This record gives sequence, structure tokens and C-alpha cells, in this order.
Amino acid sequence: MQPEGTVNPMKKEPVRVREEDSSKRSASFCEVVLGYNEAEALKEASRCIQCKDPSCSRGCPVGIDIKKFIYQITRKEYKLAYLTLREKNDFPSICGRVCPAEYQCRKTCVFTKKGSAFASEQAINIHFLERFAGDYGKNNDLDIPIKKNEKLSKYKVAIVGSGPAGMAVAGELARQGIRVTMYEGLHKPGGVLRYGIPPFRLPRDILDFELDSLSKLGARLVPNYIIGKAKGLQELLDEGYDAVFLGLGAGIPTFLGIKGENLCNVYSANEFLARVNLMSAFKFPEFHTPVNIGKSIVVIGGGNTAMDAARAALRIQKIRGMAPDTTVLYRRTEIEMPARRLEIEHAREEGVKFRFLSSPEEFSGDETGFVKKLRCLECKLGEPDSSGRRRPIAIPGSDYEVDCDMAVIAIGLLANQVLTRVTPELATDKYSDVIVNKETMETSMKNVYAGGDIVGGEGTVIEAMGMAKKASRAIIKYLLQK
Amino acid sequence: MKILKRRALADSSATRITSIEVLSPDIARKARPGQFIALMVSDKGERIPLTIVDTNKDTGSITLIFQELGFTTQLLGQMKEGDSLYSLVGPLGHATDIRNYGQVILVGGGVGIAEIYPVARALKASGNHITTILGARTKSLLILEDELKAISDNLLVATDDGSYGRKAFTTDILDDELQKQKYGLVYSVGPIPMMKRSAAVTAKYGVKTIVSLNAIMVDATGMCGCCRVTIGGKTLFSCVDGPEFDAQQVDWDELVKRNRIYEDKEKHICNLKAL
Repeated sequence: MQPEGTVNPMKKEPVRVREEDSSKRSASFCEVVLGYNEAEALKEASRCIQCKDPSCSRGCPVGIDIKKFIYQITRKEYKLAYLTLREKNDFPSICGRVCPAEYQCRKTCVFTKKGSAFASEQAINIHFLERFAGDYGKNNDLDIPIKKNEKLSKYKVAIVGSGPAGMAVAGELARQGIRVTMYEGLHKPGGVLRYGIPPFRLPRDILDFELDSLSKLGARLVPNYIIGKAKGLQELLDEGYDAVFLGLGAGIPTFLGIKGENLCNVYSANEFLARVNLMSAFKFPEFHTPVNIGKSIVVIGGGNTAMDAARAALRIQKIRGMAPDTTVLYRRTEIEMPARRLEIEHAREEGVKFRFLSSPEEFSGDETGFVKKLRCLECKLGEPDSSGRRRPIAIPGSDYEVDCDMAVIAIGLLANQVLTRVTPELATDKYSDVIVNKETMETSMKNVYAGGDIVGGEGTVIEAMGMAKKASRAIIKYLLQK
Repeated sequence: MKILKRRALADSSATRITSIEVLSPDIARKARPGQFIALMVSDKGERIPLTIVDTNKDTGSITLIFQELGFTTQLLGQMKEGDSLYSLVGPLGHATDIRNYGQVILVGGGVGIAEIYPVARALKASGNHITTILGARTKSLLILEDELKAISDNLLVATDDGSYGRKAFTTDILDDELQKQKYGLVYSVGPIPMMKRSAAVTAKYGVKTIVSLNAIMVDATGMCGCCRVTIGGKTLFSCVDGPEFDAQQVDWDELVKRNRIYEDKEKHICNLKAL
């Protein structure tokens, strides 16, 4: 294949993705990455050398046939490319936007230098090509053929939680003709895609479209319904569900445990992002949920959630006509940040400041109980810890204070325990994660499966979907043998 | 989520307290005293928590009682029979630990009276001797007096202006009662200053005292931590660890401050969208 004539594909420069101008975009919640148009997608796809033994797919938690869909793009067979994606992934338009590709398929791309912490710039922009093909399918109303299995249509499966894991199971099962009901505790489906990821990374029309494709497959959604509260897990089984999948997510915020953390305007990232993303507080008072925005905002943490919170906070500062002043405070250095490189880059372009090697020690406030200052210690890096990253060590006596009239704590989440607390027969580990058989994703309860953040792991959308696939296969196998 | 019935319990120029019955068979079936729901009036609305005051398994409905204090409760106050809420989820939080404590005092202040009612009834059914102390600013704002009289062995009323019952605070009466004899439990719900004073009064007598806190919530299912309160030096979430806590352990000053986080925003939206 030589679609572009004589140029050696290995020498071609990666096609940069078009983005909304950083000065324009940072005062709104519109999408930042604009994606590839057809010409750009063709050009980027032509860089793929179609390896005999492609390593990229091994980096994909759901095993998309990457080589094949990229080849189909080079042939302008976009419909086929879309169907290739959908064979393994029901939500290419979502994953093409939120997958940390530089740690997954792009990292295992042959163009990435061996031993790198994340993908080289030369690696094929697989995620942007996925997004291109996914959006093509969406814009052209393409749908995958439903392979209803007559033997399965009499079975009912309940899915608890409508986030990435639950959505993926719903898709896998519904397309086989299984009667699927998704229970969601919040008023809208999508889980972390709705309450956690801001619209400037994942526009809500994309999310709604992908959710809508589930209802087209016949999946039923019951929002405002908490299993463990309105109904118990055993009650679901007793009602005649043949299996239950738990995609409960990691919904509990962790705090630093330092003094002054309960002062007003110290938010967990979950609270800040839920107010902004789920409740549209950035459109207050048109939407009725308020959110406070400080003059000097400090976001604590180095992951994607910290980037989302910082970028959202900075946007609202601008929307409200305030001078942008949002700083990410992280105990290690940039290289150790678990956030996607693209998100770090975007945050910086938009004006988010970074303060590395800093450990938050104490918040202090005024007499009305609002936070005003944050005292920190400088850190140095020590030996690598269990995560493989060098451990930050606070330097005694290096105290310094920063202005901070609002803080967002984005240092990680714990398993949602609403259901597990009231279901002792569901075995959990010391982190309150649900224990599963790694092959089948079955829990200690018969016919009850689990996947996504509730069973622990990396916490990415695509990894949750990978687990969901495993669970779906096991559920289908069980139902066929029933 | 349809509003089946609506009834004004108190309606003065400054204060309106309304009772609504909302269709929600699963919540009605599961709810136990002390639990609450979170609701949204419209798709643009806030999520607010309200105590489940009563359930009716025949009609599959739950009773909610609210005072129009902020913007969302004002919107809720405008809803009519036949209207539907946009969102309703529950039952949330832990239920009250109902057992025989012997002699029990329940203290209800203002709309907090609605919250002690289901607990008082359940405690009565468990064989407790019930003393109820109700407080209101003035007689016309006193709610559920007849309902509570029916299940109380002793019912006492305090009003701020002396228009009914004794001109006193509920906590003055509480103090008097605790002096008279030994009680197994005090259960107090009302404005924060009242609950804080209750805690101070009962501390003198060493009586176990439970309060139900009204912290600000978003999801109300343990996900956001907005409703965190300090209990005995530990941070807990009102929504999933509460809403009831040991009154002596609550950091009241912190709760007062945290409940004022959005005071200016609330004023702004109320002025802007004057209903």
C-alpha cells in the first residue's frame, strides 16, 4: 500500500489535530479538540505501516483491530472502519475522545521508542482516527447489525450503574437480544462520563448519542434508582433477573486529612465537577445549582481529574469576568503526573499554572469559615515507590504559604459503597472493591458480575469497558448453558 | 414522581410550610423513619434533600413537608397536584435506631417538627413513653400538633412570641423536663442553633441525644462530600453516614459556617427570579 506515492511512511510527520484557539475556548465549555477532517484522517492513516504483527492492538484493553480500521480509512471505507471499531467497542466517539491513548495503543505502537513512559510523538494518532471513524458513523446514522440470538431473548439481565462499564455490558447483551435494564442512581445516565468529565472534553451530544444507541438496541434505563436502597440485590435476582452486572464505579472522594480541609470553598473534585458537569453550575442562575469560584484557586493532584477540575475552574473564572488564576499543586514533577500529556498541555495553553514538588500541609481561613491560605512544604524526589514513580519527600522547614480562596482536592477516589455496605454476601477487599474471578468477572454471589472501577484497576473508561466485555462473555456463556 | 396531594400546613406572609404526597411506590415500600429523599423540581433544578415524613403503601406515596426558605423550596411550593417532580431518589441515609429506650423526649423546632413525627411514631410503637416538645415562632406556624398529640404521652409547646403554649425556647422546656426525671433518649431536630442548644442542655444530664443534620448536599449518595461534618473529630458524610449523629459529638460551628457557603448565591437567584 502506497497511498501517498513515494514518501516513506516512517518519515511522514504526524498530523496535528485541530483545536479551538486557546484564548477563545478557555472562556467556554465548548469542545477543545476539533478532530481530524477527512483529508487529515487520510494523511494520518497513511502513516501506519500496517505491521505484520501489530503491537498496537495489544495495548487496547478491548482489543480493537487497529491495523484493520486504519487500513479501511486509507481506502476511504469509513463505514467499514466504523464497523471494525464497533466489533470491539460500542462507543468509539467517546473512547476516541477520552482514552489515554499515549499509555495504551499508542504506547505499544511500533513508532514509540522502546521503554518510554508514554507514547512517542511519532506514534500513530490512533485515538484521533478512532474518533474520526466513530463520528463518521454517528453523523451518518450507521448502525451495527443486531445479531439477535433467539435462545437468549427470554433472559433478563439487570445492570447497576450506567457508567462506562454498565454501558458496555448493556451494549454487548442487548445486541444479542437479551432484555437489559440499567439502573442509575443519578437523574441522568453516563456515570463518570456525565458527572466527572467536562463537556469541553466530551460534548454532551456525543454522550447522549452513544447512550441513545443503547436504547435503540432495546436496553431500558431506570434513572433515580439506587440498588441497595430502593431495592436490594437479592430482590433483583428474586424478581427474575437471570444475572446482574455491577458497574458501581469509584464514587467516594478521598481527602488529604490535613487541618482546615472542611473550610468553606474547599471542594472535593467530585463535588466541584458534579456541580459543574452534572448540574451545569457554570450556567448559574439559569441552572439553579450554585458553585463558588475563588480569585486564587488551587487544585491539588496530578491526574486527569485534577486537569479537568483546573480547566473547568479557570473557565468559570473567565466566564465570570475574573482574572484567571488557577494553579495545580502536585507533590512530584510533571513527568510523574498520571494525567494524559494532552490534558497537561491543554491546561497549560489555557493558562493553568503548575507548582510541582509541593505538599499541601494546612488550610487556614477567615472568621466566616472560608478558606484563604494554603501552607505547603517543598518536596524532593526519593526512591521509586510501589507505583514505580519516585516518592515525594517533604523537606522540613521549607514551609511557604499561597493565597487560596478556593481549593479542589483531586487525589483519588474509593469504591462506591452504597450497595456493598448493605450486601454482606458480596465479598470485598480491604479497599472495599468488589472481589471478582478475573476470568469471568463473577463476584462471590452467583450470577452477579462486576467490572470497572468497583473492582479496582487503572480507572480508565476503556479498561472498564474491557472488563465489561469479559463479564458479558461470561454472562452470555452462562445463559446459553442455562 | 407525581404530586398526588398538596396541603398548606402554615401560611403567613413570611413563612409557608407545605405538605405534599408524591407517588413513588418503591420508596414508600422501603422507607423507614429517619431516612430522606433527594429531589429536583425541574431539569435545571438543584438536588435538595427532604425527610420522608410518612409513607402510604396503599397509594404508593410518600409525604414530604418543606418550608419555603430558598429558591428551590419556593419552586416546589408552586407545584400543584398532578404536577411531577423531575427527579426523586431514595430512601437515603440510615434509618433511626428504633428500640425501647424507656422514657423518650422528642424536640421539634419549626419545620423540624416534620422530621420528628415519623420517629416519634415508630418509638411509640416500640413501647417508649413519649414526651414531645414542639417549638414555633408563633402559633400559626406550628405544624403537626394534632398528629403528634395523638402519639405522645405528654406534649408541650413553646412559641417565641408566647402566642401559644409557653413563651420560651424548646430547650428551656427540655431542661425542665430533664430535671424532673431520667430519660433514655432525646431526639432533637430543628434549626441548627436549637439543636446545638439541645446538645448543651442534655450534656448536663448525660442523656443520649440524637440530632438529624441538614447539611448541604449535591448527589446525596456519598459521591461529593459536600455534606461533610465533623463528628467527634472525624470527618463524616451526612448523606451516607447520617443524617443522624450523636449531638454531643457534632462540630456545630463548622456546620453553621458550611451551611452558609451559598448564602449570597441563594439571595442572588431569589432576587433575580422573584417568584
